[in-house]
Amino acid sequence: MSEHAQGQAALSVRGLVKEYVRGKKVLDGLSLDFDGQGLTAVIGPSGTGKSTLLRCINRLVEPTAGQILFGGRDIVPLSGRELRQVRRRIGMVFQEYNLVERLSVMENLLCGRLGYVSALRAWLRRFAPADIERAFQLLDQVGLAEQVHQRADALSGGQRQRVGIARALMQAPQLLLADEPTSSLDPRTSVEIMELMRTLGREHGIPVIVNMHDVDLARRFADRIVGLAGGARVFDGPPAELDEAMLSRIYGGASWMQ
Amino acid sequence: MKPASAARARRAFKPDWPARAGWLLLVAYVVYAVLRLDFSVDRFVTGLGHGARFLERMMPPRIAQPDSLLTGLLESLEIAVLASFAGILLSLPIGLLAARNLMPAWASWPARAVIAAARSFHPVIVAIIFVKAVGFGALAGICALVVASIGFTAKLFAEAIEEISLKQVEAVRATGASFLNVLSFGVLPQVFGRFIGFATYQLDSNLRNSTMVGIVGAGGIGGTLFSAFQRFDYDFVAAILLCIIAMIMVGEILATWVRRVFVERGRVDEE
Repeated sequence: MSEHAQGQAALSVRGLVKEYVRGKKVLDGLSLDFDGQGLTAVIGPSGTGKSTLLRCINRLVEPTAGQILFGGRDIVPLSGRELRQVRRRIGMVFQEYNLVERLSVMENLLCGRLGYVSALRAWLRRFAPADIERAFQLLDQVGLAEQVHQRADALSGGQRQRVGIARALMQAPQLLLADEPTSSLDPRTSVEIMELMRTLGREHGIPVIVNMHDVDLARRFADRIVGLAGGARVFDGPPAELDEAMLSRIYGGASWMQ
Repeated sequence: MKPASAARARRAFKPDWPARAGWLLLVAYVVYAVLRLDFSVDRFVTGLGHGARFLERMMPPRIAQPDSLLTGLLESLEIAVLASFAGILLSLPIGLLAARNLMPAWASWPARAVIAAARSFHPVIVAIIFVKAVGFGALAGICALVVASIGFTAKLFAEAIEEISLKQVEAVRATGASFLNVLSFGVLPQVFGRFIGFATYQLDSNLRNSTMVGIVGAGGIGGTLFSAFQRFDYDFVAAILLCIIAMIMVGEILATWVRRVFVERGRVDEE
């Protein structure tokens, strides 16, 4: 937080447009600012560009137009090494965990350091002792110290997502993105995972942006909620201000609300 | 809507006319080919008689020239191992370049062309070309089997890479990993087991083929076998064939063992 205290947002999305097919805008001139801390939940109907927004921020998807200022610098024009250096400062958690199934939990965590390690050292698994130490600490924090040598495909969904979060934090990121991290999990595990992300986000002092489908979960854990509809922002404020009228504007209709 | 037309409209399975036409064409061609090639039961029965006499003359097997048998076998083994080693090593980059999910079209098309060219001829034909190019002997055999290995293994490598989960790759890319690190942590773990499998199959196949390239003078036991045939030393032929069988079987045991070490050990419960 201290780095960006002088009024500059940690992340600033300006006029972001994405068209996968020419003329069909998934994101339509979206602008959002995120400051140094707190958990922001992005809600909205399927297909409204929540995933696209996150993937544009770490450039897994190429924006069609607009700016993304990260640490005060527009990262949209970057490519090659410069782009990779930005990516390693942004952690990402995925809906289906996206762990490398045949690698061990430790190897999956060390994936988070691949932006800093040469090809030869990565191949030989010669990671810095500090990285290994950090991995063990994170495993303790997410409660998976026992599973360090297990292969990722031997874990349960909740355990996998914990590994996913730990992998993202291995990067020592300045921003954590999570793309529907709880959509493949049962309700209880979902709460645990959200709890973990909120806590770790605070401990590491970084902003967390989470795409969610579960409005109640978003209300419970977010400091701020952004509602998207039709690729544009229709709501932006604290959870308390998200009323039924607004929900019906975001998702359309009202019959689905009890 | 009338009941009759409704019943017609609601047929559970659509007739597949192209498939039916295909089967019909196949049957027609088989009949035509049999008629054209002048098969007859008579010829087959007489042939069986010849075969029996041939087998009789093979018994008992006799090792007429132990020296040439041993050198031939060892040379075949060397050809197979060296060709597999070089062929598989070359197949790794070629297979990667040919994988359309990781490579742009300008890289994958040339690589696929190389693979197609390497596949298009039987190893014996390639061996004849290399005998003309580098002269008689094991080098020609090795070169021929390297080409065969690339044609087969690189294609399978490429297909294995094309079937990986890109989600895992995406996650590794998202950490800011360089392309080589994405390969070693995101791609290789997903295909390693299958690569080992393909490599051992290739060694197996090269062992078989290395006993054959000698027939056209490209080194190995094939030369010894061919000259024994031409001298009508059928008992020696039998001995050579038995040795080849033994060698192939040892190779297969070895391949199974390698697969067990590298593949099955890593495979925990895949549920």
